[in-house]
Amino acid sequence: MALVRLAADDDVEGWRAAARGLALAGVPADAVHWQVGDGPADLFADAEPGVPPPAPGAEAFSVPRRFVELAETALLHADPERFARLYALLLRLRDQPRAIEDRADPLIRTIEDMAKAVRRDMHKMHAFLRFRAVEEAEGERFVAWYEPEHHIVRANAGFFVRRFSTLRWSILTPQLSLHWDGISLAEGPPGQRGDAPDADPAEAAWKTYYASIFNPARLKTAAMLREMPKKYWKNMPEAALVPALVADAQRREREMIMTAQTSPAGNATLALEALREEAAQCRRCPLWKPATQTVFGEGPAGAPLMFVGEQPGDQEDLAGHPFVGPAGQLFDRALGDAGVDRSRAYVTNAVKHFKFEPRGKRRIHAKPDSGEIEACRWWIEQERDIVRPALTVALGVTAAQSLTGRSITISRARGAPVRLADGGECWITVHPSFLLRIPEADRKAEEYARFVDDLRRIGARLAELTG
Amino acid sequence: MAQLDLRAKLGILADAAKYDASCASSGTRKRSSEGQAKGIGSTEGMGICHAYAPDGRCISLLKILLTNSCIFDCHYCINRKSSNVRRARFTPAEVVELTLSFYRRNYIEGLFLSSGIIRSSDYTMEQLVEVARSLREDHHFRGYIHLKTIPDADPLLIEAAGRHADRLSINVELPTESGLARLAPEKSAPRIEGAMAGVRHKIEDRQDARRRYRSAPGFAPAGQSTQMIIGADAATDRDIMTKAHGLYDRHALRRVYYSAFSPIPDASAVLPLKRPPLIREHRLYQSDWMLRFYGYSLADISAAADPASGMLPLDMDPKLAWALRFREHFPVDVNRAPREALLRVPGLGVKAVNGILAARRWRRLRLEDIARLTRSVVKLRPFLIAEDWRPVRLGDRLEVAPPPPRQQLELFAA
Repeated sequence: MALVRLAADDDVEGWRAAARGLALAGVPADAVHWQVGDGPADLFADAEPGVPPPAPGAEAFSVPRRFVELAETALLHADPERFARLYALLLRLRDQPRAIEDRADPLIRTIEDMAKAVRRDMHKMHAFLRFRAVEEAEGERFVAWYEPEHHIVRANAGFFVRRFSTLRWSILTPQLSLHWDGISLAEGPPGQRGDAPDADPAEAAWKTYYASIFNPARLKTAAMLREMPKKYWKNMPEAALVPALVADAQRREREMIMTAQTSPAGNATLALEALREEAAQCRRCPLWKPATQTVFGEGPAGAPLMFVGEQPGDQEDLAGHPFVGPAGQLFDRALGDAGVDRSRAYVTNAVKHFKFEPRGKRRIHAKPDSGEIEACRWWIEQERDIVRPALTVALGVTAAQSLTGRSITISRARGAPVRLADGGECWITVHPSFLLRIPEADRKAEEYARFVDDLRRIGARLAELTG
Repeated sequence: MAQLDLRAKLGILADAAKYDASCASSGTRKRSSEGQAKGIGSTEGMGICHAYAPDGRCISLLKILLTNSCIFDCHYCINRKSSNVRRARFTPAEVVELTLSFYRRNYIEGLFLSSGIIRSSDYTMEQLVEVARSLREDHHFRGYIHLKTIPDADPLLIEAAGRHADRLSINVELPTESGLARLAPEKSAPRIEGAMAGVRHKIEDRQDARRRYRSAPGFAPAGQSTQMIIGADAATDRDIMTKAHGLYDRHALRRVYYSAFSPIPDASAVLPLKRPPLIREHRLYQSDWMLRFYGYSLADISAAADPASGMLPLDMDPKLAWALRFREHFPVDVNRAPREALLRVPGLGVKAVNGILAARRWRRLRLEDIARLTRSVVKLRPFLIAEDWRPVRLGDRLEVAPPPPRQQLELFAA
């Protein structure tokens, strides 16, 4: 058993010299005990301190540069096994230098993970270390207290020298302290948290900044914690604000939405006009190509009642207005019979382009598929956000699917209100074109009466809702 | 008292800047203060995030506006003319002092300065440039500076901005022109893109000059970036990625940021009140990565989206969506497949692929080897052939797609 004493936890040079000697002496990896400092080695009392002489005939060898880089980083890891692991890898590379390329090998993987952890720790120290200013006789000094996870303090000194070379600063850690006077770096004994100043005049401004740059409408605490785990918080002044910011975030977002919803819809007409103009250019699904134009909703911006149909038909597509074809005329008649004032209603369609199949000279209506309904839902939602009707009526299954997001059977859903995701009240009934397609006159009249009945009930409910 | 005023202003002007997603402090030229008599700061290539806010965003730069007063009336913007938000204005000297004070305490990597437009585009740009100039020339600041550029500003001012700043950015704001017309009526897409083209030209010109003369002045060494707001106009994911691809292509942008439209206090009635799901923003970033680092073409990304609605699925990442649509490309043999094919395996990142390529020169890889190179081999397995592993036909495997969310059936549904 060989016993190697290294000067310090980050004694990379000492390890390198010892490892080379051990390899030349032909000492296997499990016959070396690595120790940091001069502590007693009771467990290995029989171990030979120092590196044995080279075995006869042993030749100097070189290892790939990649190994040297990997070792320089991984040796800073806190794991006491690091020296032995790297030595084991060194012995293997001596015989097979190219084995370093095998990144799927368990030993190489372990060492690479160690190096990765060290690099992350170094990076987090660059990021999360906070200086506090103190007045000294010679002027201002910036002092930080930091607790790294691995033995990275010396290796990290260069970064702070390059960045803050014209300042005077000190970094205190539980392992050692570093002091820079503007010209040279000095090392000192381990520090304690109490040795560093406990406040700084700029911290109040920094906390103001931290609290203000946070957007409460997009809370993502898991993402924050992944990059800034709680173990770092104790030395970061701004982290003290996190719990309160998180607790308050939802209230602030709700408040924003509430204020917006209760504010008078002064420019709702303008908003609707602007939306209509944007919709004229809609390319959200391929239906715009064969269609003549976008047929957008129509009606007052403050309408308490919104009717949503399926899609424009042949005549609507040519005219650019919803519900002007045969179904529209039937709809108008039914509204009249039910005593509902169409001029107070906003009328629109679930899909805003005419979908058809050409058959000879005629364009035959084709049912929009769920992808097209989904693509067009964006417009319905915008319209609903602006108009904010007290009551919405879905005419037919397509409209019902667009509004509720699921497939609905009219016969089961009609006659009772449905609560929409945005809180609005929705009633479902048939589409007027369904009435046009019934061949038998008596059934047609029967269904028409039912439709008028539905509309009458909707009218009554609207009167209730709007007072 | 003056101190308090400055803090109040900082609160207002940081709050006003938080809707800009950009935070990068990477990719610029290396600078160091070691051996320098004056000044402060360094950049070492890699960006540093000095803190994270509870919204998951990194805080790398002091991101503020010079002023939140604005003569424009863009509906999505909290600083628009018609908004009732409190207004404030920093002097250039105050911004310089604040930046240096934060930098000395290791709070930040540098400054990201933007501004509402006051008086004129030129006047505003002049003020922004003055801050950067003072930091660089009066204080020898070697940290990172990102300046927002105003599209119609005088080319001489853009020139000065690029001389001092590491990165310039001009926001395209909205992915569609019709959206821009509706929500930012005073802005014009051709003008914005014209300014981007100008910046690209200067960057390339100066890179070329520096290759020949080391002393040639630099111009925005960290390039230019832009931001698009997602969910405020009718653009689909396919539209957005088409736009982003065009911007990368035409203007050699370093980054396109996607920012899910966020409800703002005192919102304009022209705007949707709801925010789009934040996961949509995430999916767009994933497709952006696929375009830039994984060798996917725009057509590939489009094919991953739903053919009718043009939207990427929210419940799986776009790489998995693509793989599920093109099952014939899988499984891929980890011991033989070319790099391009490996990069298309859902769950294999660039690093893991590099690891596989290096390791397989050495020996044939088994599934446990892949497990050591990646996070979750269970998700990868259906797409891979390894020395000791051959999956059953992908089409029959349910575990590949996330299970549909379960819904409680309604007992008494009408």
